[in-house]
Amino acid sequence: MSRQDTIDLTGPIDVEPPLGERGTGESHARRWTGGWGFVAKLTLMALVNAAGVALGWSAYVEGSWGILLGAVAILVVTNWVYFSRRALPLKYLLPGLLFLLVFQLFTIVYTGVVAFTNYGTGHNSTQEQAVDAALIQSERRVEGSETYPLTVVERLGTVGFAIVDGDEVRVGTAESPLAAAPDASVDDAGRASDVPGWDVVAYQRLLEDQALQEEVLELRVPVSDDAEDGSIRTREGTTGAIYLSTLEWDPDAQTMTDTATGVVYRANDDGQFSSDDGETLPVGWRVGVGFENFTRAITDTDYSGPLLRITAWTFSFAILTVATSFLVGLVLALVFNDARVRGRNVLRTLFILPYAFPAFLSALLWQGMLNPNADYGLINDWFFFGAYIPWLTDPWLAKLSIILVNLWLSFPYWFLICTGALQSLPDDVLEAAKIDGAGTWRTWRTIIMPLLLISTTPLLIASFAFNFNNFAIIYLLTGGGPRFPDTSAPLGHTDILISMIYQISGVAGGRADYGLASALSIIVFVIIGTISGLAFRRTRRLEEVL
Amino acid sequence: MRKTAIPVALAAAVALLAACSGGGDPGSEETSAEETTEAAQSGEGVELTIWVDENREPAVAAAAQTFEEQTGATVTLVQKNFEDIRADFLAQVPTGEGPDITVGAHDWLGSFIVNGVVDSVDLADKTSEFQEVALEAFTYDGQLYGLPYAVESVALIRNTALAPEPAPATFDEMVAAGEATGAQYPFLIKTGPEGDPYTYYGFQTSFGAPVFEQSDDGSYTSTIGMGGDAGHAYAEWLAANGPNGTGVFSTDITLDIAEAEFMAGNAPYTVDGPWNITKFEDAGLTLAIDPIPSAGPETAAPFVGVQGFYLSAQSENALLANDFLTNYMATPEAMMAMYEADPRLPAMTSVADEVASDPIMEGFLAASENGVPMPSIPEMGDVWAFWGVTQANIISGAAQPVEAWDTMVADIEGAIG
Repeated sequence: MSRQDTIDLTGPIDVEPPLGERGTGESHARRWTGGWGFVAKLTLMALVNAAGVALGWSAYVEGSWGILLGAVAILVVTNWVYFSRRALPLKYLLPGLLFLLVFQLFTIVYTGVVAFTNYGTGHNSTQEQAVDAALIQSERRVEGSETYPLTVVERLGTVGFAIVDGDEVRVGTAESPLAAAPDASVDDAGRASDVPGWDVVAYQRLLEDQALQEEVLELRVPVSDDAEDGSIRTREGTTGAIYLSTLEWDPDAQTMTDTATGVVYRANDDGQFSSDDGETLPVGWRVGVGFENFTRAITDTDYSGPLLRITAWTFSFAILTVATSFLVGLVLALVFNDARVRGRNVLRTLFILPYAFPAFLSALLWQGMLNPNADYGLINDWFFFGAYIPWLTDPWLAKLSIILVNLWLSFPYWFLICTGALQSLPDDVLEAAKIDGAGTWRTWRTIIMPLLLISTTPLLIASFAFNFNNFAIIYLLTGGGPRFPDTSAPLGHTDILISMIYQISGVAGGRADYGLASALSIIVFVIIGTISGLAFRRTRRLEEVL
Repeated sequence: MRKTAIPVALAAAVALLAACSGGGDPGSEETSAEETTEAAQSGEGVELTIWVDENREPAVAAAAQTFEEQTGATVTLVQKNFEDIRADFLAQVPTGEGPDITVGAHDWLGSFIVNGVVDSVDLADKTSEFQEVALEAFTYDGQLYGLPYAVESVALIRNTALAPEPAPATFDEMVAAGEATGAQYPFLIKTGPEGDPYTYYGFQTSFGAPVFEQSDDGSYTSTIGMGGDAGHAYAEWLAANGPNGTGVFSTDITLDIAEAEFMAGNAPYTVDGPWNITKFEDAGLTLAIDPIPSAGPETAAPFVGVQGFYLSAQSENALLANDFLTNYMATPEAMMAMYEADPRLPAMTSVADEVASDPIMEGFLAASENGVPMPSIPEMGDVWAFWGVTQANIISGAAQPVEAWDTMVADIEGAIG
C-alpha cells in the first residue's frame, strides 16, 4: 500500500495514457492492488521461474549448454514481459511465440541443419566416437588365448594387472610387460591377493570409482616386449585375456594404421576412414556435405525419375481427394439441408459414421475388403460377381482405390462443414434474392456458392496440405505399391512424396539416410508453403469481391 | 486485475512445456543420466542403466537384484517398447544419453556396427554353454557383440486333427499328404502382395540359394548368394506353385487370412513361428511341430532370430556392465528366469534341454537346429524391400521368374553399392 502512495505523490510519470481505472499511472503488471489476479500471476511466475531454474541447473550439471542458454533466455524474456509496463501486446503473444519457437522453428532449423550433413547409417556420431568404435572392432581376442584370473594392482598412481598363469603370478603395467612376481600369494578364488611392492585394488573400490574403472578398461598390459604377442586386457576386472589390436590411431595425422597389413586409412571429407585403394572402415561420422543431398535428390537417376512421377501423383492425389470429397460432401449437404427430406437427423448421423471410425482401422479394413480374390475380398464378391479384380496391385486401380477409400473417409467432414455453412447463410440475403426474382440456380450460383466458398476455402487449402502429406492412408492401404518396374529404388506407383521420404529415410529398415530425407522434406515444405501462400492470397481477393 | 491472470497462466504452462522440451532433447533421459554422474562422483556406488521391454523386465529385474546385493551398484531398468529400442539406441548412444545395456534382436547388429554404438563382449569359457547358431548371430567379423539368450525360428505347424502323422520330409510329399486330408488348403503359407521372404526362406535355402554367402566361421559376407542357377530354380518353383501352376501359393493369402483359415481348421499344415502358438491353441487346435520340408535338393534352413543383450560403446560403466552380463545374466538361473518371463527357446544349451520336455518347444528347437541366423550385416537392410515384392510378383505371375529374379539380384547389388 505504501508503494502505491509514494507513486501517487510523485504524480503520473508514466508514458501510458491515464485511461479509466489505469489512471494511477502504475502499470497493472506491478500493481499490488490488483488483488487475486496479481497474486495468481505472482504464483504462476514463481512456478515458471522455479521450473526454469531447475531445468537450467540440470542442463548445467549435464553440460548441455544449448539447453541452459535457451532456458535462461526464455526465463529472462518471460519475466521481462510480464513485469514490464511496456510490453502489453507481448503479454498475450508470448505463449504462442514460445510455442512457435520451440515446436516449429526449432524443428525447421534442425531439419535444415541435418539436410546439409550426411547424417544416417554409418555417419551417426562424431569422429571421436567413430575412432573408439573402429578400435573396438579391430581388437580381437587372440585365438586360443586362455582366460587368466586377474587382479588390479596399483603403485604410485600407476595401475597394473596381476594375473595368475598356472602356478605363477605375473604382474605388469602399460609400460612394463608382464614379469614374474615370485613372492605373491594367491587366494582361494585363484586370484593374486598379495603382490609385494603393489597395492591390491579391492573389487568393491573398482566398482565405486568410475575414473579408475575407465583406466582399467583402457589398460593394455603387453605380454612381452614383442607387440605381436598381444596384451592383456580385462572386461570386468576379475579375468583377463590376451588381445591383439590391428588398428592404430594417430590423432595428429588423422590416420588409422592397420598394423597387420600396413594399410593406412586416412580421415576423408566424407566422414570416413579410407585407404589409398578405396577401402573404407565400416564406421564413419557426421560431416557437412553442402548441397549434395539436394542435388542428389534431383540428379541421381534412382530418385529423379520416380521423384517426378511421384510429385505428379502427389498433386493429383491431393487435388482429387479434396475435390471429390468436397463435392460429394457439398451435394449431400445441399440435399439433406432441404426441409422436405424426412428423417434428416438420422440420415445425417449415418453419414458421419465413416468420419467417426478411426482412419487407421478403416484403411486396414478396406485393404482386406479389396483383396482381389472374391473368397477373401468383400468388394469383388458382393459387387463384381466374384470377378478377380486386382484393386491394389494394378497401377491405375491402386490409384483409384486410394482415392475412393480416401473419399469414403473424408466426405463426412465436408458434409459437416457444408451443412454448417449452409445453415449459417443469412436468410435476408436469400429472401432479397427471391424478391428480386432470382431462380434457384441463379441464387445458388451467385449467392450461396460464393458465400460458402469464403468460409470453406481456408479449410480446402488446409485439407489439400494435409492430404499432400497423408502418409497413413498410403502406407496402410498399398504401402506405395505396386512397385515401379523400371527403377531400382524401392518406390511404387502410389507412393506420395511423404511416403517416398519415409522409404528413403530407412528408419524402419535400420539403414537410414536422414540427410537426404531432410533435404526432401525441405523441398516438400517449400512446395506446400508456396501453394498455400498463393491460395490464401486468392481467397482474400475472393472476399474483397463481395 | 483479474484478466491478467489468464495470459500469465498460459505463459506459465507454455514456459513449463518449453522448459521440458527446450533444445529438443528428451528431458526425462537427462535426469537419469545426471543422477548417474552425481552418484559416481560422490562414490556411493555406480548406476547401471538397462533398457528392457515390458515382457522381459521381471526376469532382468531378478538378475539385477542379485547383482545389486553383491556389488552395491544400482541397476535402473528403463522400460521401452521393443520396436522403439533400435532407433532410440542408435540415436541416443552417440549423445551419451543411451543405456549401458539394452535388450535387442541380433539382426540390429549391422546398423549398430556401422554406427559404432555397440561394444564387444567376451564370454570367455562360457562360450561353450551357448548354442552355436546363437553365438554366430551375434558375431560380426569374427567378434562377439552381445550376450544371446533366446533363439526362435519358423517351423511347419501341423493341425493334428487333420494330419495325425508327422509331415513328410519333402514339400511335394507334404502337399500330397495335405491334399489327401481333404481339407480346403493342402498347405497354407502367408504371402500377401508384398511377399514374405522371411517365412519362405526355408524353401529357398533348400534350393541352395542363401541370401548372402556365409564364410567358414558362420559370419555372413556381403556377397549375394541367391543369384545363379540355384536362385533360378527357386524362382521357377515359386511360379510353378502360384495360381498359374498348382495354386498352393497365392499373393491373396495375407497374414490375417492365412491365420484365420488355419485356425478355422481348413488346412493341415502352415509355416509359422512360436509366437502364434498360443493364438492357435486358443482357437481350439491341437498342434505338433515338424521341421520345414525340403523343396529342393538340400535341407530346408529357416531363418533363426536371436534375442540378446547389447553393450553400449559409450557406456561409462563398461566394466560393471560386462560384469553384469557375463557373471549375472549368463547363468542358467537368469536364463531360466528369462524363459519363464517370456517363453522363447533358450540360447543356453542346458536351459534349452530343460524346457524341451514340452513337445511344442522340442519341435521348434529341432526346427531351429536346421536353421541359419538371419544375416545381421548392414547390407541386409537393403534386401527386404526388393526380395519380398519380387517373390510376390513371381508367384502371382506378374513377372517372369528368371528375369525378375535376376533384376532383383542386380537391384540389391546396386543398392548395396
